[in-house]
Amino acid sequence: MESRIDNRKFKRVTRRELLKLAPVLAVGAIAIPKLQEPLLKAGLGFSDWASALLFRSRHLATTFADSEVVPFEKFPINGYDVEDPGVDLEAWTLTVSGAVQKPGQYKLAQVHSLPRVRQNTRHVCVEGWDVIGRFGGARLSDFMQMIGADTSARFVYVECADDYYESLDMVTALHPQTLLCYEMYDQPLTREHGAPLRLQIPTKIGYKQAKYLTDLRVTNVLDKVGYWEDQGYSSFYSL
Amino acid sequence: MSEAVIEIESPKTGEVQAAVYEHPWAVRFAHWLNAVSLLVMVASGFQIFRAFPSFGAKIPQKDLLLWPKAFALGGWLGGGLQWHLTFMWIYIATGIFYLGYQVFSRNYRQVLFTPRDVRGVWPMVRYYFFFGPKPMVREVYNPLQKLAYTSVVGLGVLSLLTGLAVWKPVQFSWLAWMMGGFHWARIWHFAVMWAILFFVFGHLVMVVLHGWNNFMSMLAGWKKNPDYLGR
Repeated sequence: MESRIDNRKFKRVTRRELLKLAPVLAVGAIAIPKLQEPLLKAGLGFSDWASALLFRSRHLATTFADSEVVPFEKFPINGYDVEDPGVDLEAWTLTVSGAVQKPGQYKLAQVHSLPRVRQNTRHVCVEGWDVIGRFGGARLSDFMQMIGADTSARFVYVECADDYYESLDMVTALHPQTLLCYEMYDQPLTREHGAPLRLQIPTKIGYKQAKYLTDLRVTNVLDKVGYWEDQGYSSFYSL
Repeated sequence: MSEAVIEIESPKTGEVQAAVYEHPWAVRFAHWLNAVSLLVMVASGFQIFRAFPSFGAKIPQKDLLLWPKAFALGGWLGGGLQWHLTFMWIYIATGIFYLGYQVFSRNYRQVLFTPRDVRGVWPMVRYYFFFGPKPMVREVYNPLQKLAYTSVVGLGVLSLLTGLAVWKPVQFSWLAWMMGGFHWARIWHFAVMWAILFFVFGHLVMVVLHGWNNFMSMLAGWKKNPDYLGR
């Protein structure tokens, strides 16, 4: 019933079993300095690919009652550099270029002329904190229509007065809750929150929501992805 | 029980020992792969936590604990996220592989905690912690082990679900909602990690107490003269 072997043979059996675990050592490749960066980049890239797959273009982020919104002074001001890049609000225009029928300088009044959307949504920072705020502005998708954007292009790229820059995939750019935001708490955007115009995207992480916009380009090619992305953050980071 | 018992004879002394094949390759492979990815997930998770070591408001920020940089992986928040988002796939794949193997090989029967194991838990606790008599065990895993190894699989699933709610609170809004919103999902994710660490601590203590022969069974699969054979 029970087989009997001598202890030398048993040693061979256990050694063989031990060797069969060698594939586990493959994860040790990540400890090799030369391979570490490309492997982590691949992992991040795979996560971004999965994020894009999971993103539902018609699925709305939860909106909240006015009573759940934090007071304005408790809404954090997160600038990477300066809180006020000194935008000349009177002379400000948004420079539109790329795959659009009507490139050129757009005034704030033109953004104001689009239907205004106000939404109480959660702002999630990559650091881990979150706040529910009240935002108002025009749908980016409406603005895209105004400028005659080719919505089969892949990205919307923006530049800011403080040299910050960002990009959005087209699906997120056309999402109904993605705003060109000019209001917080029903008041014109203050300078430290990105006056006169910022992105507000309840389906994306905070660093995607660039402030003090100056340029907007519709494009298929990105030389740079975003200020933080180019230092190693996720490119897609949808919530 | 699908145990394979063999006898090992020493030609010199004529001594005969018994050995049992306790852990199939798939289980050992998953165990060690999981050990690595869990370590990476915890260490990089602490790096991420360091960016905002609080569960309160941002204004004013009250830090819960200042986790030392030496015990965090990735160097900075972006690096920590890269490790976390890379190894979570290995962590998930290992979990699926392990559960798939256990179910299809029916090997789960030796480790799954079932109602009939309830009775045996307290005597084991008494034996381990209160110097009670050693209960008779005729299986690879005693009831307390079954409870621990079954619970930790549940914790693993919870770590995935809470993590998903933190990573994708909009796409998986129902998950985040079940946990009380994004803010609470982050708290749950942290709590589940500590529960897993509590298991790991107890597990390592037991491994040390039970010695080399027991430890080797998770590497080579075979255990010599296990006490449950009653020889």
